[in-house]
Amino acid sequence: MMRVLLVMLLAMLAPVCLGPLAAQDTMPPAPYAYNQLDDPQLEAEASALMLTLRCLKCQSQSIADSDAPMAGDMRHQVRSRILAGESPQEIRAWLVARYGDYVSYSPTVSASTWPLFAIPVLVLLMVGAVLLRRLGKRRADEGTSE
Amino acid sequence: MIAEIGLAALWFAAALAVLQMVSGAFALRSADGAPNPMAIYARPAAVVQALLAVLAFLMLLWAFAITDLSIKLVATNSHSMKPMIYKLTGTWGNHEGSMLLWVGVLALSGGLLAAFERRLPERTMGATLAVQGFVGLGFYAFLLLSSNPFERLPVPAIEGVGLNPLLQDIGLAIHPPTLYAGYVGLSVAFSLAMGALLTNQVNPSFARVLRPWVLGAWVLLTFGITAGSYWAYYELGWGGWWFWDPVENASFMPWLAATALMHSVSVLAARDALRTWTIMLGVLAFSMSMLGTFLVRSGVLTSVHAFAVDPERGSFILALLGLYIGGAFTIFALRAGAVAEGKRFAVTSREGALVFNNVMLSAILAIVLLGTLYPLLTEAFNVRVSVGPPYFNPASAIFAVPMFLVMAVGPLLRWKEDKPARIQFEVALVAAVLIAVISLVTILGDYPFLPVLGLGLALALGVAALLPLRGRKLTRVPVATWGMVLAHFGVAVSLFGMACEGAFTQERLAAVAPGGTEQVGDFDVTLESVTPVAGPNWTAIEARIAVSRDGAEPVILSPQARNFWSPAQATSESALLTRWDGQLYAVIGNQAEDGRWQIRVWWKPFVTFIWYGGLLIALGGVLAIAGRVRVDLKRRKAEELGEARRADLAELGAHDAEPFPAE
Amino acid sequence: MQNRLWLWVPLALFAFFAGLAGYMLTQEKDQFVESTMIGEPLPEFALDPAFAGLPGAATRDLVGGSPRLLNIWASWCLPCIAEAPQLEALKDQGVEIIGIAIRDRPEDVANFLSRYGNPYTRIGSDRISEVQLAIGSSGVPETFVIDAGGVIRYQHIGDIREDDVPVLLAELEKAR
Repeated sequence: MMRVLLVMLLAMLAPVCLGPLAAQDTMPPAPYAYNQLDDPQLEAEASALMLTLRCLKCQSQSIADSDAPMAGDMRHQVRSRILAGESPQEIRAWLVARYGDYVSYSPTVSASTWPLFAIPVLVLLMVGAVLLRRLGKRRADEGTSE
Repeated sequence: MIAEIGLAALWFAAALAVLQMVSGAFALRSADGAPNPMAIYARPAAVVQALLAVLAFLMLLWAFAITDLSIKLVATNSHSMKPMIYKLTGTWGNHEGSMLLWVGVLALSGGLLAAFERRLPERTMGATLAVQGFVGLGFYAFLLLSSNPFERLPVPAIEGVGLNPLLQDIGLAIHPPTLYAGYVGLSVAFSLAMGALLTNQVNPSFARVLRPWVLGAWVLLTFGITAGSYWAYYELGWGGWWFWDPVENASFMPWLAATALMHSVSVLAARDALRTWTIMLGVLAFSMSMLGTFLVRSGVLTSVHAFAVDPERGSFILALLGLYIGGAFTIFALRAGAVAEGKRFAVTSREGALVFNNVMLSAILAIVLLGTLYPLLTEAFNVRVSVGPPYFNPASAIFAVPMFLVMAVGPLLRWKEDKPARIQFEVALVAAVLIAVISLVTILGDYPFLPVLGLGLALALGVAALLPLRGRKLTRVPVATWGMVLAHFGVAVSLFGMACEGAFTQERLAAVAPGGTEQVGDFDVTLESVTPVAGPNWTAIEARIAVSRDGAEPVILSPQARNFWSPAQATSESALLTRWDGQLYAVIGNQAEDGRWQIRVWWKPFVTFIWYGGLLIALGGVLAIAGRVRVDLKRRKAEELGEARRADLAELGAHDAEPFPAE
Repeated sequence: MQNRLWLWVPLALFAFFAGLAGYMLTQEKDQFVESTMIGEPLPEFALDPAFAGLPGAATRDLVGGSPRLLNIWASWCLPCIAEAPQLEALKDQGVEIIGIAIRDRPEDVANFLSRYGNPYTRIGSDRISEVQLAIGSSGVPETFVIDAGGVIRYQHIGDIREDDVPVLLAELEKAR
């Protein structure tokens, strides 16, 4: 939601990619950039994947939310590869091999992302500890105070 | 002259902030009962400062209204051909103007606090005003030294550059001001928390003073986030309403902290428990608003295109952040130990449930903070990663699901201690709804796990939210309780909308020739024609799309693809068809070489409930404020009456008058 | 009994954040998404000619002999005009430059080359950014150094400025 504010703040700072009129090609979009796959099952797989891939030319948008031509070409890649029988995981891996973790909004446990998973576990433990202390203790020493 | 008056007002306001700070600090050195003579200036300084800051903002508004192109900010952000409403909203559609709005609201809330708050001890009030003045001073310095909104151009511009077309929308009139007011309302909570901590006055009467400010800020944040979400939804043209974008998270984190704070303040006010925790949340909530400001304006987190961000601004805000938040956490660490532990309570009690949910909200806050800042951390090591919905959704659900479950039963519990057996019927009912809905949806179709869980929780929570009213005479339920019921019900409504949108949305993207028909959900969507149209500062192509549900009389939708010329930019204006059970969302795209048009149509069942829920939550907050204020006024009046009666009785020489109850 | 150490935790976390944020403010913001295909063999592709004047480009055209430059560009891209003289200079140094035109039309390509010079020996037409995505390029213009074994050795993002020319020549030498 606040992305609008972001847009507004970017507006005065730098070119925004949401609808630039500068340097733009006139080519028609790739076949599957704006067209769905006929099989609803495959299309559902493709669109779920597209929502989790980052548009490389944009201001933190997924390729499913962008009008940038390159996002269209990436959607075409996703749909045509799904149609060719590749699994969403394979397509994601293919893109990550080319652009690194940056292209995927779905971080996996790796050398550079393990704290993203370790810290929530730590938070979970801390939450448990705090609740035990805060709530558990009260019952134990209830009546001894106040 | 306009610019000079505005600038002078700002300088005077800054000077008054210094006076307010120094005078407020003197209050700390006063003995009990004998106010320090230097401390009497703090309140008037805050009030006059508020007037001056508001005056400065009005001057800028005026400059935008008349498009005074000799002012740099107007020339770079406005245009004489723009509709008046967008000229005005353009005042805060840029960095300097929005900071001036921020400062104006900050001074205004400080002034209101100084003018009307008489319940706190003078020492605490002095410390609070000193902190408020100190915070204000930093932002005045920021405006005057590095972001002067009134800067003149050496030669007036001939025409303005214009405002980003995405911002030429009524959304800009509503969303940023409410959000800023919410952010800044939290500054009062921060000042009060620091004042109470410094003077060791963390007690229920302090909580009662704090509560309306927290509630008010929280209502504004809720409303601002709801409005912003809907604005992004219809403006960005792809049907998304929440992206876990860093800037969205920057607004969500203060809301989470404020939600936790609001609940812990209730515990402090009602039961004198959770003292340190409330202070901690008070500091945290304002830290999150300042952190958000820093993240958005410094550009450390934005990526590909955000390279022109002023590093000076970023450093300035970081310095302020270090000063206020670092300072506050230091004082917290030094003084919080001196705050006596509050009253105790059992696990199964209202407080127990509130503590549980406070901890869960804080955990969600920690997750969102981690996910938002993590890319910043890896970039320090030259590794770029993206953290998005596939991370945030499940990670926050781990804590949100137990929170919703406890939220369902918490309001049914009694304060201090309760027996679980007393509410076993209600618990069984809620559990039955939850299990029934989840199993039913799972049988009916193959839907993603989280939305299905959300659907079950939403319905269970919706039933549970109304249970506190069971067996009570509705006309005698206190207004504040209605507020709680409404807000909790709003959460259920919103969650229902999110879950339905997540599970049942249908999408149709197609290239259609005029006359062609596509299907989405129960709707037949026919592209009738595409024609060029023109507005005051744009041209567009407009599609006529006839939408018919189950063969009924068609309704015409007219989405546009607009081209603005100053600044040159293209936007797509979606067209929405709202029905009670959802929204049809239509967008017109480009024309293909064979003459067909790209159209995108979504049927989003119950998507509107997301924002209805948000409005209900905010309305619940308003009712809670109204209820509290009414009770407060009643109590004040009763106290006055009591005092008058005591005085009368004293005159009659009757000293055995019964003392008026304090609560 | 009261352990007061935890009261310092918020301050410690905040200090960590402030330090990180302060450090990042001083850092040059990295605007580019680098390819992670450096050191990997060039993916298989075979593109049609981008216009009638030159043959198309395929993976095998970049294998064998001496290292080459693979230039990702487009006639609609403004920085590509700016880098045209530098590509010309590289060509004069005896570097073979193979182009890939992204989302482009033959007449526009021909027009661009006649106006700004033609440093290429081959230009493939990538109408749907297929090869661009396959080699991990995220914009135009970008220039890759491909060694004789067909392995991607270096990526230059953005237009080639005058002082980038010796850098690219050195990278070509290194790839030999």
